[in-house]
Parts: sequence; C-alpha cells; structure tokens
Amino acid sequence: MTRRPGADRLGTTALIYLALAGVLAAGAVATAIDGGNLFATANLVDMLTRTSLTGFLAIGMTLVILCRSLDLSVGYTAALSSLVAATTMDGQVANIPLAVAAVLLVSGLVGAFNGAVTAYLGVNPFITTLGTGLIIKGYLDTQYKGPAGDVPALFQQFGYTRIGPVPVSALVMLALAAAAVWFLRSTRTGHHMYAVGGDVEVARMSGIRTGRTLMWAHVLCGMTAGVAGLLLAARFGTGSAEAYTNLYELDAIAAVVLGGTLLLGGKGGVAGTVAGVAILAVLDTVFNVMQIDPFAKDVLRGVVIITAVAIYARRQLDRTARRPRFAEGRAS
Amino acid sequence: MTRVRELLVRATNPTATVFVLLVLVFAGVFAMNPGFFEGPSLMAFLKQAAPLVILAAGQYFVIVSGNFDLSVGALVGAQVVIAARLIDGEESRTVPVLIVMALFGIAVGLVNGLITTALKVQSFITTLGMLLVLYGAIRLWTGGAPTGSLSEAFRTPGRLGIENVPVLGQIPWALLIMIAVGAGSVLLMRTRFGRILMAAGDNERAAALSGARVGTARTIAFILSGLSATVAGVLIGGFAGVSAQVGDGLEFTVITAVVLGGVVLGGGRGSVLAAMAGALVIEALFTLFNQMALPSTLRPAVQGAIIIAAVAYAARRRTRPVPTTATATPTPS
Repeated sequence: MTRRPGADRLGTTALIYLALAGVLAAGAVATAIDGGNLFATANLVDMLTRTSLTGFLAIGMTLVILCRSLDLSVGYTAALSSLVAATTMDGQVANIPLAVAAVLLVSGLVGAFNGAVTAYLGVNPFITTLGTGLIIKGYLDTQYKGPAGDVPALFQQFGYTRIGPVPVSALVMLALAAAAVWFLRSTRTGHHMYAVGGDVEVARMSGIRTGRTLMWAHVLCGMTAGVAGLLLAARFGTGSAEAYTNLYELDAIAAVVLGGTLLLGGKGGVAGTVAGVAILAVLDTVFNVMQIDPFAKDVLRGVVIITAVAIYARRQLDRTARRPRFAEGRAS
Repeated sequence: MTRVRELLVRATNPTATVFVLLVLVFAGVFAMNPGFFEGPSLMAFLKQAAPLVILAAGQYFVIVSGNFDLSVGALVGAQVVIAARLIDGEESRTVPVLIVMALFGIAVGLVNGLITTALKVQSFITTLGMLLVLYGAIRLWTGGAPTGSLSEAFRTPGRLGIENVPVLGQIPWALLIMIAVGAGSVLLMRTRFGRILMAAGDNERAAALSGARVGTARTIAFILSGLSATVAGVLIGGFAGVSAQVGDGLEFTVITAVVLGGVVLGGGRGSVLAAMAGALVIEALFTLFNQMALPSTLRPAVQGAIIIAAVAYAARRRTRPVPTTATATPTPS
C-alpha cells in the first residue's frame, strides 16, 4: 500500500525534473537570443535566491495538500512571523534564539488552529484558512501601521550570505525539503498523510487518527510559513506587515501543483515541489534578464502554470479515470 | 410542540442557517440605526449589494458542479477597464461595447470551462492561471492605469433607477437586475441542466454513467459565471467609476458568500437563493461595521471570525457520519 504510491511518484517526479531541465534550456536559449547569459553568476544567484522564500512555503503547503487540505493563510502567517521575529530580536543578538522559538510557536499555533477547525469542526479548509488569513490581516493592520522591530546584523546574514553562488537561505530550504522527503517516506505520520489524502474514510477505518494527521500537516505548514517569515525579517532587516500583499500563498500552491502533487490529495511529494519552485524561479529570472514587462510576466506565468498542469493531467488521465475515490461523494 | 421542533430543525439546516444569519445581522443593523429600514436607505443598500449577489449566483453554478472560479474578480476589473477604454465617453458606443463585454465574459468562461473539463486541469489552477492572465493582460493593454471614460447610458444601470416611487423613493435598476438574475437562476436550476449540474457535483461518475454530459454542463456553468462577472462589472463600473482594482480580492469574497449560503465546496449541495442570501449577509455585515464605526483595519478580522464560525455551525450536522442526512437530496428553492 505504501510502496505503490512511492513507485508511481518516482515516475512523475522524474518528469517534473525533465520539465525543469526543459524550462532551463528554453530560458537559456531565449536569453542567449536576447544577448544575455542565463548562467552568469548574478543570474544564478537571483534564481537561487528566489527559490528559498517560495520554497519554504511550498514545502509546508505540500504536506497539507497531500492531506487534501489547503492553506491560504501562509502569506499572512509569514508576515506575522516576520513581525514577531523583528520585534522580539529588537536589535539584540542575544534574543535571536528566543525570537526563532517565538516565531515557531506562534506560526505553529496558527497552523494548529487551522488544523483543529478543519479537522474537528468540519469546516472546508478553503474557508478556514481564508478566515484565519483575514483575522491575521485584521490584527496586523490594526497593530502595525508600518515596519516594526529591528533585526540584528548577525541574523540578517541568513538573508544575504552566500556560499559561492548559493545563498544560505536556499541551502536551508533544501535541507528542510530533504527532511520533509524523509518525513513523508519514512515516518508513520508521513505515510498517514498519503492515506488521509487518498481517502479519509478508508484511512479512518484502517485505524488512522485522521484528525491528528491533518493537525500535524497544518502545524508543520504553519511552521514552514514561520521560517519564511524569519527569512523575510532577515532580508528586510525589520518586520513588515505589508509582506502579505504579495499573495505568496498562490505562488506556493502553484509551485506545489507544478511539482506534480494532486490538489485532491494523496499523491505527490516534496521532491516534485522543489522542482516546481525552481521552475517558477527560473521563469522569473528569465523574465527579469529579458526585461519583460511585469504585467506580461503575469500573463506568461498564468499560461505556463495552466499548460504544465494540463500536460501532467494528460498523463494521469487513464489512472484517474479508474480511481473510485474521485467518484465518491466528498467528505468535506 | 412538534411543529416548533420541526421549525427548529429546519432553521438549523445548512441552507436555512444563512437566512437566520441574515435576520441576525439585519437586527444588529436595525438596533444601531432604526432608520436603515426606511425605503431610500434600504434601496441604497440593495443597489450597492447587487453586484456581489449577482456574482454569487454565477459562482454558485460553478461551485455546485464541483469547481471553483477564482478568475471572477480579475474579470470584473477587466470588464470595467475594457468598457472605459472602448466607450471613451461616446454615448453611441454603449450598446456595441456591452455586446463586446458579454462576448468577452462568455469567452473567458468558455476557456475556463474547456481547460477544466477537456484538459482535466483542476479548476483551482485553471482559474488561478486565468486570474494571472487577465490581471497582467489588462494592465499591459492599458499601460498600468485605465484610460478612457464611461458613457452616461452605461452608468445608468449601476447608478439610477425608477424615480419617485412612493415610500421607497427610487427603485434601482441594479435591484431589478438582481431580482431578474435570481429568478432566472432559480428557474435554471429546476431545468434538466440544473439537475445535471447538481448531479455532476454530487457524484460525477454516477452522473456520467447515467448519460449526462457532465463536461458540457460544467463548461456552461463557467460561462454563466463569466456572464455574471460581466453584469457585475457593468453595475460596479456604473456605481463606482473606472478603476482596475475594483475586482481585486472579489473572488474570495464571492466564494465566501456562496459557502455562507450553505453551498458545499466540492459540489452537489446547496441552493442558489441561499448563495445569493450569503452575499447579502456579507454586504449587510459591511453595513453593520459601518454603523458600529468599527475601525476599517479591524474589519477583516471580524469578518474572518464570523465566516469560520458560521461555516463551522453549518458543518456541524454534516460532520456526523449519519448516512440518512448525508444522502438526503438538497432542498430545492
């Protein structure tokens, strides 16, 4: 039962990395025609820097989407976390551990709230997390009129330091992704997430505490949003409530889906998500290098996302057609 | 006694919850400002609420068939900008531009529907992509800021109405359009098409096996949503004037409204009237916030809390694994 999805996933993940290579190649050709070089150091740095923020959010998002849930509040959680981090640090190096702990606690609690309302009150996660996002937005808008707090230079290193062309934040993101891959493949809760996303009723009847599994996914998703908030604080040098206006949550969801994880849950993985994040980052860098109009960027992004998912869907057509759970009534 | 209990049971079913909620919010508004229920101010409220209610009807078709339409907000913004740019203040262009807008709305819905049903892309992703495309394309076309202006005739439905009506003062055209859309939607849900749509959302496979053209019905639902965004765009443009931002975030408000109306995300349950009532609840809530002079920054928080509470309340019965209620047919009306 747990082996088969693994075997399937390998095929899909390979396809996504092929797609990433394709996008890289196409981007390189396009920039070369334009007279640039996609693999110049500055562009590589730009590309890798872009992956880390969306990456953190998308890793957590993968977990909740695998459970057939969704989290639209991550952008707000990240903004809140950046403020918690910056105000707790308040310029003192000694406060850094405390601030990190505070951020993980707060973001974990937001996730726990999302998970509890979704799992135990039966509210559709779309509504739960939209509502949570609105609540946090209201709090942020009321409490913080502008940037607040002060991040010590030492912690800002997390946002800016590079090892060669690779930013530290991207390395941390990859390490977190590796941990998440291990978590999904090798722990009991990880396996339960696939089961819950596959069919909640069957999972329950097999003795899985489905509510608890969903809670875990949401808590972890909240905490990765917290880490994203830490990164925001490190980059800006201060906490910023305005961060939520960037609609990070939609980026994260797009990356997860580009990475081959089914929005209906039960299928996919973090390895694919990382490739999905990378595809979006490569696109953005290519658009940047070619100096494409920012509005045209949105158009192209939309088209690429739809096209990519349409291609995956083609591959899955036969398989999905035979899967009975798509025909079952929806539990949520 | 049993009748009272029966009434209580009916009042607590997910579809009826929204009407109870509506009464509660209106009671709150009345307590704050008894003058609200005098004709003119009530009409003004309904005029302002009409676009969201119409959007809710369009979104209802998509949601009840098991999909999402996240592109409506961007489409409303696009329609307003298109209207301003093409009309450019010339009265004579009003009708042709309205036709162009309707065709554009249909085209967007058709593309959403075909990508979702024929290419099997999840509607969340399809319409998210469409949102990005519309958002970017409109700003690309206008170079960032909308240009042109609307004609007087174009602004009439959103602003004016039948004047000098006793008691009510003015009956806004927007209200009449809203009632027409509501009546049309209710009738549509009673036709063969409506039943197929509901069946497609409830159990896609069973609907397909019994010979229904599920894909066609769902595509038509997207087209109806596109048309509702067009009508809402005309009303909002007329009421509020030209701005590319008018539609920003509207998709989430509309989906919230529909869900408040007891319509289940994932499809197959809920009535269109309740969905429209959900939109009225949200608008009434905004009015209540105004009456209470609630700081504008705090409003999202209160709104979020109320949404979660209301949906949790409505979901309370469904979460219990009682097969008899789970398979009960959705109440028509």
